[in-house]
Amino acid sequence: MIPLTWFIGLGLILFMIGVAGVLLRKNIIIVLMSIELMLNSVNINLVAFSYYLDDIRGQIFAIFTITVAAAEVAVALGILIALVRNRRVLNSDDMDSLKG
Amino acid sequence: MIFSLLDVLALLPELILVAVACILLVLDPLIKKCSGLAGVISVVTIIAAAIATYCIASGDLAGGSFFADMHKIDLYSVFFKMIFYVATVLVMLMSFQYVKTKDINMSEYYILMLFSLTGMMILASAVDLLTIYVGLELMSIPVYVLAGFKQSSRKSNEGAMKYIILGAFSSGILLYGISFIYGLTGTTDLAGIAVALKDPVTSVPALSIAIVMLVAGFAFKIAGVPFHMWAPDAYEGAPTPITAFMSVGVKAASFAVMVRVFMVGLEPLYDQWVIILIVISVLSMGYGNLVAISQKSIKRMLAYSSIAHAGYALLGLIAGTAEGVSSVLFYMAVYAVMNIGAFAIIILLSVNGRIDQLDSYRGLGKTNKLVALLMMILLFSLAGIPPMAGFMGKFYVFKALLSQGMVPLAIFAVLMSSVAAYFYIRVIMVMYMKEPDGEFKMFKPACLYFVILLTVVVTIWHGVYPTLLIDLARLASSII
Repeated sequence: MIPLTWFIGLGLILFMIGVAGVLLRKNIIIVLMSIELMLNSVNINLVAFSYYLDDIRGQIFAIFTITVAAAEVAVALGILIALVRNRRVLNSDDMDSLKG
Repeated sequence: MIFSLLDVLALLPELILVAVACILLVLDPLIKKCSGLAGVISVVTIIAAAIATYCIASGDLAGGSFFADMHKIDLYSVFFKMIFYVATVLVMLMSFQYVKTKDINMSEYYILMLFSLTGMMILASAVDLLTIYVGLELMSIPVYVLAGFKQSSRKSNEGAMKYIILGAFSSGILLYGISFIYGLTGTTDLAGIAVALKDPVTSVPALSIAIVMLVAGFAFKIAGVPFHMWAPDAYEGAPTPITAFMSVGVKAASFAVMVRVFMVGLEPLYDQWVIILIVISVLSMGYGNLVAISQKSIKRMLAYSSIAHAGYALLGLIAGTAEGVSSVLFYMAVYAVMNIGAFAIIILLSVNGRIDQLDSYRGLGKTNKLVALLMMILLFSLAGIPPMAGFMGKFYVFKALLSQGMVPLAIFAVLMSSVAAYFYIRVIMVMYMKEPDGEFKMFKPACLYFVILLTVVVTIWHGVYPTLLIDLARLASSII
């Protein structure tokens, strides 16, 4: 049996990659992908804990996370399309009409 | 687990809202011709939901847990739900004229608000991390869309984009914290978590990391520094009624769930989370008030002031007593009313062709005496000057803090509210001391005037006679 720490380690690495992607990359599409990575690392955690605790809640939680993440990305892409239509930018550095 | 009819009955207010919202979505092509009909139906629906909530709260179901202990109906949740109903109805009344002038008059505007309201109500009742997460997202996702509702406006798009990216990022962080809480305690039920945390075996370093992540996730939603970056941009870009909705509804709902998570679930770890909250609160009060001074746009100024207000309300949670919780409830109710009033006046001027820059308020005291007077009352209340309700809100928070012996923190908060007085009173100065740059005609939408007068009356009423509301808040917080 694979020890629990391996799963948590994998989750941690994925989470770190996701956070780094959100903070460092400029392309909005890549940022959205990084957010997905963060949410999926959470799913790995939840399912791993659920398996080791022999408790079903974690797996149910993971299903909810997947569903909600899909809704969130759909809205994010919709807003992105409206933004690209108006401004032709896909780079977060160019979103500079609001500041102060 | 088998659900009984009682579970469904307990969820009646939420079901009413979701059902009407779905029906409106389907009927949208038919009612498109009568503009504003969707808004009227939404307002009536919310009133119906409020009556349903009242009936349930005064009936046999009060105090019970439903859906396998995930949804709780108690005075605490009812108190917050009433805040949400009032706030949403007022925001909808404010919107009728605004959406017509800005050419965003679509049924979806009201429908999305109904969905967001449902999310807030689920949050207020949630006693399980799963329902908390689902409620948080159901509240946030429609607001992301609403923030970018002016499709042709670059600012609106940009504000919404920043909002959703940071909002999704913060839910990722929150979820990561939740997954560790679940792994370490073996449950997602708040009461169960509290029981598990009392056992010293579970206090491992990973738990501290989980708490930091939970705090960070919630701080994003209430716009506490250093997790506030989205707030000024999203507030400025969004349609003004939605800005009011975000700064009042979303904030109050996030406080509702935050207080429950920390005071019920993580209560045994008070010593650990209180330090992080103190840092966030101090930074929010300091940064929010100081940066608000340099703002030229009134909307942006109110955005920074709402960051500062989050800092004040956090003080009640920091006190960590029932008195502190009741002061948070009182603060949120009062803040909701006065902030909506201030935004209603911004809308009143903007539907008359005024932009939301500070300069466009020049001489308002000479051309429109009544509007200027009402704005002054609301700004005094936001600044915390007696006898307005804002003063009583701050008073109870500071009192709760002092009774826990946190004197330096209270002194800092008082100092910061004197800084806040500067930028609120500057608006009043511009209104009364500067010469008007040309006559401006005001046409007067009745709904908007109703909202403004109501908020002003409530603001003064709760400032002079706060007993009623604070007693309710005490009753509601006694269950925590």
